[in-house]
Amino acid sequence: MKILVAVKRVIDFNVRVRVLPDGSGVETDNVKMSMNPFDEIAVEEAIRLKEAGTAAEVVAVSIGPARCQETIRTALAFGCDRGIHVETDQPPEPLAVAKLLAGVVAVENPSLVILGKQAIDDDSNQTGQMLAALLGWPQGTFASELVIGDGAFDVTREIDGGLETISINAPAVVTTDLRLNEPRYPSLPGIMKAKRKPIEARTPADYGVDVAPRLETVSVAEPPPRPPGRMLDSAAELVHILREEKGIL
Amino acid sequence: MAVLVIAETDGANLPRGTLATVTAALALDSEVDVLVLDENADAAAAAASGIVGVRSVIKAGGPGLAGGLAENLTPAVVEAAAGYGHLLAPAGTWGKNLMPRVAASMDVQQISDITEVIDAETFVRPIYAGNALATVRSRDPVKIITVRGTAFAVAEAPGGSASVTDGPEVAAHDSARFVSRELSQSDRPELAGARIVISGGRGMGSGENFELLDRLADKLGAAVGASRAAVDAGYVPNDFQVGQTGKVVAPELYIAVGISGAIQHLAGMKDSKVIVAINKDQEAPIFQVADYGLVGDLFKIVPEIVDAL
Ligand SMILES: Cc1cc2nc3c(=O)[nH]c(=O)nc-3n(C[C@H](O)[C@H](O)[C@H](O)COP(=O)(O)OP(=O)(O)OC[C@H]3O[C@@H](n4cnc5c(N)ncnc54)[C@H](O)[C@@H]3O)c2cc1C
Ligand SMILES: Cc1cc2nc3c(=O)[nH]c(=O)nc-3n(C[C@H](O)[C@H](O)[C@H](O)COP(=O)(O)OP(=O)(O)OC[C@H]3O[C@@H](n4cnc5c(N)ncnc54)[C@H](O)[C@@H]3O)c2cc1C
Repeated sequence: MKILVAVKRVIDFNVRVRVLPDGSGVETDNVKMSMNPFDEIAVEEAIRLKEAGTAAEVVAVSIGPARCQETIRTALAFGCDRGIHVETDQPPEPLAVAKLLAGVVAVENPSLVILGKQAIDDDSNQTGQMLAALLGWPQGTFASELVIGDGAFDVTREIDGGLETISINAPAVVTTDLRLNEPRYPSLPGIMKAKRKPIEARTPADYGVDVAPRLETVSVAEPPPRPPGRMLDSAAELVHILREEKGIL
Repeated sequence: MAVLVIAETDGANLPRGTLATVTAALALDSEVDVLVLDENADAAAAAASGIVGVRSVIKAGGPGLAGGLAENLTPAVVEAAAGYGHLLAPAGTWGKNLMPRVAASMDVQQISDITEVIDAETFVRPIYAGNALATVRSRDPVKIITVRGTAFAVAEAPGGSASVTDGPEVAAHDSARFVSRELSQSDRPELAGARIVISGGRGMGSGENFELLDRLADKLGAAVGASRAAVDAGYVPNDFQVGQTGKVVAPELYIAVGISGAIQHLAGMKDSKVIVAINKDQEAPIFQVADYGLVGDLFKIVPEIVDAL
């Protein structure tokens, strides 16, 4: 079985994101960038399937500017076999990403594509579902467990009310939730080996995909700040305030 | 042009998110129809027809409704969508699973998790865990949108009297099969709609210690939530998680107990009306968003609150 994983380069989850004064976006210069944490989970799952002998090859794809190659190298250091970089200067929207990934799928013919459930920058939570729609494949979104069966995958999904299990035929798209696994750290030999693994360079034109945005970002603003708070001395004081001043209790 | 709400329903129960989505729809146009895709079609359609402001309810039927799989529902939504200018669904896991599949099938770039309607094509949505609010304008002929339930008031129900018409037949495809669902059982209010939410973090130390919060929740009629760390540690189930990648809540009162206040957690609760933080570390970032803070050992303070009530 061949597995394709989609890895996105995003502002590191620990960075306190700042809105640019002109409202055009957020500060990205000299900001630490990392692989989207949900995509680390996707890579880890694929590598575990390879280690278990279930997957023969794991291919990591990233779409975006030249620096995305670093993200692909990270995926290769985790143990992915090779990379594909579709270079575009503008970060494309989920629909365009899904179309490009569908183009990669048409060439690579994987049995399984694993993506993160959401990228922590734009928080769209769309790409995997869109890819599944474009391919006409079933989807196992927000997965907290993935069991490989005979020509099918059993996916346990994190839903608002608890957990749900579905069974989907291969080929399929799976998106990762936080509890699917705990990603490892890339090992030093892994990092050394990654340097020699191949990364194919592609462009959206190779797949005949128009990446022109459908959404226009009119402005980006800071959320309104909360009023300053008060430190209290005792539980009794808290109950008094909530009851008498706020009328909540 | 009329708006179609793709309703998440649970038989005769109308989740808060669906009612908030109707409010967002009414902000766009006075002609709002609701599509119900429920195994229990008659009960769901009857409940939806009682939402004040709804013009008509379209009731889907057929074997593909069982299990609510996006693979089956998508063609039915696309069929029902003809003639509408906007499709809106609540941004819970149900809508998040379904709507992007619908959007890609219609070649539309979805707008996720909106918190405000500016005009028919312009919307506000939080990005970067709510650290920024983006105003985006869609160039697509049809707008496909998921709605953040906490950002809109709930539409009134019952009281409405929308007509009910039969809609698309939902076929069952064999590429995906529903196997089972394990729903958390609780007598407490649902997190998403609760007036008061009490959340515990890693500081709780164990699942057993959450009983401390249960006792307080029972006294206040509150829902209980948690940080990711508490869920990852197995103290409580996944559906308790509040945050950027869990549930978003905005109750009248949010009490954070033993939670440090990482941005990913704040993203899910910082729009609460009143925030109380209890933490032994006075430097914990949670105090920066709290209206009231108590510095000290939660194992001492929480029982004191219970006693003071
Ligand atoms: C402030 C701001 C301004 C923006 N302005 C523009 C603009 O002007 N023009 C424009 O086109 N876009 C713009 N974007 C869009 C943008 O950068 C996002 O990349 C895009 O919307 C994708 O959404 P997402 O990553 O949240 O998707 P999600 O659906 O949340 O991503 C889910 C998963 O899909 C996969 N995936 C997503 N993207 C990629 C990728 N590039 N490579 C590989 N895998 C991927 C990953 O596995 C990821 O975990 C802007 C975003 C922001 C925050
Ligand atoms: C991709 C991604 C997505 C994420 N999504 C979410 C999300 O949706 N929701 C979420 O919550 N997190 C999320 N996180 C995790 C987040 O970054 C934090 O790690 C997490 O919120 C920390 O949980 P915590 O505050 O319970 O634990 P900690 O940060 O460990 O804080 C525990 C706190 O308890 C206090 N404490 C300990 N003992 C006591 C005591 N006896 N009395 C009083 N106080 C005590 C400590 O002082 C400390 O402040 C995400 C992270 C990533 C990378």
